[in-house]
Amino acid sequence: MDQLISQLVLGLVSGALLVLLALGLNLIFGLLEFINFSHGALYMVGAYIASYLAVATGTLWLALLVVPVVMAALGAALERTVIRPMYGREQVDALLLTFGLTYILIEGVRMIAGSGGRRVAAPEILAFQVDLGVGRPVPAYLLFVVVVVGLVVGGLWLFLQRTNVGLIVRAGIRDHEMIRALGVRFDRYRTLVFAIGIAVAGIAGVLTGPITGVYPEMGADILILAFVVVVVGGMGSFWGAVVAGLLIGVLVSITTLYASIYAGIVPFVLMILVMTFRPRGLLGAT
Amino acid sequence: MTDLILRAENLDRSFGGIHAVNDVSLEIPRGTLHAIIGPNGSGKTTLFNLITGHTHPSSGRVEFDGQDITGMAYAKVARKGLAKSYQITTVFPLLTVFENVRIAAQAAAHSYVFWRPADGIKAVTRATEEVLERIGLAADRDVIASNLSHGDQRRLDLAIALATSPRLLLLDEPTAGMSPTETAATVELVRELNRDVTILMIEHKMDVIFDIATTITVLHQGKKLFEGAPAEVKSHPLVQEVYLTGSL
Repeated sequence: MDQLISQLVLGLVSGALLVLLALGLNLIFGLLEFINFSHGALYMVGAYIASYLAVATGTLWLALLVVPVVMAALGAALERTVIRPMYGREQVDALLLTFGLTYILIEGVRMIAGSGGRRVAAPEILAFQVDLGVGRPVPAYLLFVVVVVGLVVGGLWLFLQRTNVGLIVRAGIRDHEMIRALGVRFDRYRTLVFAIGIAVAGIAGVLTGPITGVYPEMGADILILAFVVVVVGGMGSFWGAVVAGLLIGVLVSITTLYASIYAGIVPFVLMILVMTFRPRGLLGAT
Repeated sequence: MTDLILRAENLDRSFGGIHAVNDVSLEIPRGTLHAIIGPNGSGKTTLFNLITGHTHPSSGRVEFDGQDITGMAYAKVARKGLAKSYQITTVFPLLTVFENVRIAAQAAAHSYVFWRPADGIKAVTRATEEVLERIGLAADRDVIASNLSHGDQRRLDLAIALATSPRLLLLDEPTAGMSPTETAATVELVRELNRDVTILMIEHKMDVIFDIATTITVLHQGKKLFEGAPAEVKSHPLVQEVYLTGSL
């Protein structure tokens, strides 16, 4: 029982990190209309920047503020330079481009930081255990991750629902020709949404460091799961991605406890079931 | 010389072997309501698209408010103050009436930085509310657009176009699919809008425009057949032959 509770918490934490990646993928797919294959690699880059910042400043706090800004700038720069020429071309072009970008980023990190990976310390102030009342005490850092993810998800939701820019993003996902015909400078929104998606991936990278350490392939592992989350939750569905991310995180974690050899395939079995019986995803628009 | 908001010179456009628009010129003085009529396939919609930049002419030029806009992307033309309301209902179905109009009002408040100061936001909200009031949709502001009646969706379409604060408003059959009552209300609305915005409209129903148009251009097989005041058009034998007896 104690172990089950611990696995549940771990599952929620890994699910929460998946949610951050899936939301970015989803938004980018919605507005920019391509699947950003480099999303995982950019998450990894964010995690590495955080690992160096943490060493330089002695704490992860600064990284949590700086990395999203740096990643947003990197995302905006990528969108403006290499991704923009892909619009209006076959979707596969953007897919191949970001696929290539992934390898460039991974190899680039290997060249600079080596292949071995780095450990990242959690902030000292969070180096204690929290007694939840059930099961064994849980590292405070894990709860902190869940809280930060909650804040980011809530912030994104408010941004989309309550701001002028969010309104145009929502409408643009629906019909960007119409948005253009009204005279909206749609290009700027594409840049902005890509930058936001990458910034959020960067936050996920920062948060992951103290849990698993950082290593060049970390993005590849989580990216596939993030795709599964998007499909299971429903393409374009905000809350679908949140629900599916948490669900898959918990399912994998629980399966690891009872039948660990199946843990790797659980998300894909779920995806196949959803695609067969509910092709638009759990919360996808009908 | 009259003050022209739009001057189209010798516009030409073919699709495949079909000459959709053939050497058409238009001059639209500011403040007028100019109607284009013609049977289906006479090139009305293509002519509209040539003006808005959705289609580019094979030859000829378009001047909007003294500026050459030939070949300009439609988004840029829209920013210059030329708004188009569509024949099909193209509102954003899952957003509310208010949000639909607000998008357009925001687009009009251009020069925008992403994070506009608070009073800028208030101005956009106010503009949105004014348009809703004027179009008669104020009571429906929180209704999801797809739940509106067909007639109200067309009005919303009009509201969106109006919210971009256009200097020239292009209406593509604003009364299509409307009941006689809705049609009468829309005609009244168009007449009212014309008090401060120049309107160029395509219409299929003759009776709709005879009362409100300043000038009518009759298109036939992509060519300008006749142009004049409503009374002249009505009594012109060629127009009667081609349009009134031929198509209706």
